[in-house]
Amino acid sequence: MDAIFLQILNGLDKGGAYALIALGLTIIFGTLGVVNFAHGALFMLGAFCAVSIKALFSMNKVALDPTQMTAWGTPMEIRTPYIIDWFGDFGATLLDYSVPVSILIAIPVMLLLGVIMERGLIRHFYKRPHADQILVTFGLAIVLQELVKSQFGANPIPQPAPEAAQGMIDFGLAIGFDAGNVVYPAWRLIYFLFSLAIIGIVFAFLQFTTFGMVVRAGMADRETVGLLGIDIDRRFTIVFGMAAVVAGLAGAMYTPILSPDYHMGMDFLVLSFVVVVVGGMGSLGGAVAAGFLLGILQSFASMNEVKNIFPGIDQIIIYLIAVVILLVRPRGLMGRKGVMEG
Amino acid sequence: MPTRNDMLLLTGFVAVVLAAPFLFEPIGAGYPDLLQKFAIFGIFAIGFNILFGLTGYLSFGHAAFLGVGSYTAVWTFKLLSMNPLPAIVLATLFGGLFAALIGFISLRRTGIYFSILTLAFAQMSYNLAYSVLTPITNGETGLQLSQGDPRVLDIAFGRDYGAVLPSSDLFGLEMTGYPGFYFCGAMLIVCFYIALRIFRSPFGMMLRAVKSNQNRMNYTGLNTRPYALTAFIISGMYAGLAGGLLAVTDPLAGAERMQWTASGEVVLMTILGGSGTLLGPVIGAAVIKYFENIFSAFNKSMLGDIFSFLPESLQSGAVSVASLFVGEGWHLTLGAMFVLIVIFLPGGLMEGIRRIGALARRKKPGGGASASTPAE
Repeated sequence: MDAIFLQILNGLDKGGAYALIALGLTIIFGTLGVVNFAHGALFMLGAFCAVSIKALFSMNKVALDPTQMTAWGTPMEIRTPYIIDWFGDFGATLLDYSVPVSILIAIPVMLLLGVIMERGLIRHFYKRPHADQILVTFGLAIVLQELVKSQFGANPIPQPAPEAAQGMIDFGLAIGFDAGNVVYPAWRLIYFLFSLAIIGIVFAFLQFTTFGMVVRAGMADRETVGLLGIDIDRRFTIVFGMAAVVAGLAGAMYTPILSPDYHMGMDFLVLSFVVVVVGGMGSLGGAVAAGFLLGILQSFASMNEVKNIFPGIDQIIIYLIAVVILLVRPRGLMGRKGVMEG
Repeated sequence: MPTRNDMLLLTGFVAVVLAAPFLFEPIGAGYPDLLQKFAIFGIFAIGFNILFGLTGYLSFGHAAFLGVGSYTAVWTFKLLSMNPLPAIVLATLFGGLFAALIGFISLRRTGIYFSILTLAFAQMSYNLAYSVLTPITNGETGLQLSQGDPRVLDIAFGRDYGAVLPSSDLFGLEMTGYPGFYFCGAMLIVCFYIALRIFRSPFGMMLRAVKSNQNRMNYTGLNTRPYALTAFIISGMYAGLAGGLLAVTDPLAGAERMQWTASGEVVLMTILGGSGTLLGPVIGAAVIKYFENIFSAFNKSMLGDIFSFLPESLQSGAVSVASLFVGEGWHLTLGAMFVLIVIFLPGGLMEGIRRIGALARRKKPGGGASASTPAE
């Protein structure tokens, strides 16, 4: 029982990442009708926002200390990050919390990137066939990915979680298991809660604001909303920016769990597409539910007990499920009628 | 029977392939290793075009069939014979079988669902090749020949390669250098001919009808799925053959051939050349492989030479910008090319050639300039 519980917990953080990316994909698809193969690249860019902030914060001031000597007889170089030099303890805290702080930077950066992408490229593809949209966003994803590679190199760059969140939480104690059975890294729990919060914000935004109402109306019937005299295009630009922010935040916060490298976006994108398809194209709730569901199933499949029965199942479980779902319920778990039929 | 124009096209194609070592000499591509790649990826792209160009189904998992072809060919070398003929026959066959399996499931959906399904299957095969199927695929190392391979047929016919690692040979003719290229070239010609016949056949017409309006086809009481599935299997066989040929020229098969980047590359080749055209995919494949070869060989000092005409300060800037796009950064060029082609030239190079041709014709004095274009 506690093993099962642990696997559910293990799946939650990954599921959170899937859900956030899939949510953005679904919003973009539902409103703009565009299949965005560059969405994984946005996730990756968000992660590299965190990397850049960390690098910026840890820029060193080099001072020579003549009182201490190195083994070579030269004065010892004392390296202190500028940020500590300037702000003292507050600076040290900032450096420690570079990942959470980076989301403050990631929001405007990703919003800007998303708006530029939509205005500059994607909007010219609304009327083109889906194949063209796939191809152009795919090309864009390659470009973004290669730019990051040339800037940051090909190797993963580990990002530490804040020291306070590096420990483990003995989750089992809280719900009545013996101590030490269900221990769980604190940061993963934070990530899960964070993803829930973002999902909640997005849903609340769509549900309770006039803007959100128009967007939902646009998802249901774009043409009629346009006929009512609402400038749907301008709103959709913001929607695209929003989806970019969601993907970027998901990426930035995920860095302590998975060291970011330039191709992490594509790895997640393929899975997120599967999540969208399983959840049902155009259904926001479906995307979120399927994200968590697949994350949890994946972590179950990587249990040794399961792997002994079906070797390699952890590698393919998500794809297998997608195939079965598409064959049995072609519209996905919660797909709406009339969205991408045929 | 093929029409006169088709015969001309075919003759021209055969002539170009046969004379390739001389024709491509001036641009520095007249050596067999590169020409082989032109031919092999030409076959791959022609096959992909039969599916995408004719039926409009955009598959993002074609590299899986290429990988299956390679693995099959290497296993044939190991178990049966170093002769390339059984290897490519089996590679084609297995490519087709695998395509039948995946196509049967994927073709139940259309449009973007189809793309995602094929992508998912390809990723699944890639992951499997790296993990569980390691006994068959030899995982990350890649499948290689070894001296202890049984090679049943070779032994039955009394061919013993001794203690060296053999390379594949067609009845004593080693598949390296020019013989290797001409073997691939011959395959390319055969494949091109088959594609030509498919394009001109009623079957090809049916596939085009699937692309232009599948619903209407269904309403007229025609089941389109068998046609699409046949096209999918044929293109899978082309991919399998291409994979087999890759193994013939270099008996090594690795899982990275099945990755989504490889699938994306063949899509790009087809789009770049012009999807739905006969020659386009071959041209696209050759252009991409040529530039890959050129660009990835560049390094900073060569760039410095190129920009040496600029003043010192500009030179270093130009070099650092350009070095993003060459060498290791070749994929950036590829991606940028992808975006530009899709935006500005959706019909690919063939479309570009046609436009230039039309422009030239219009410029002729008293020619088409006054001719009004018919209303669409």
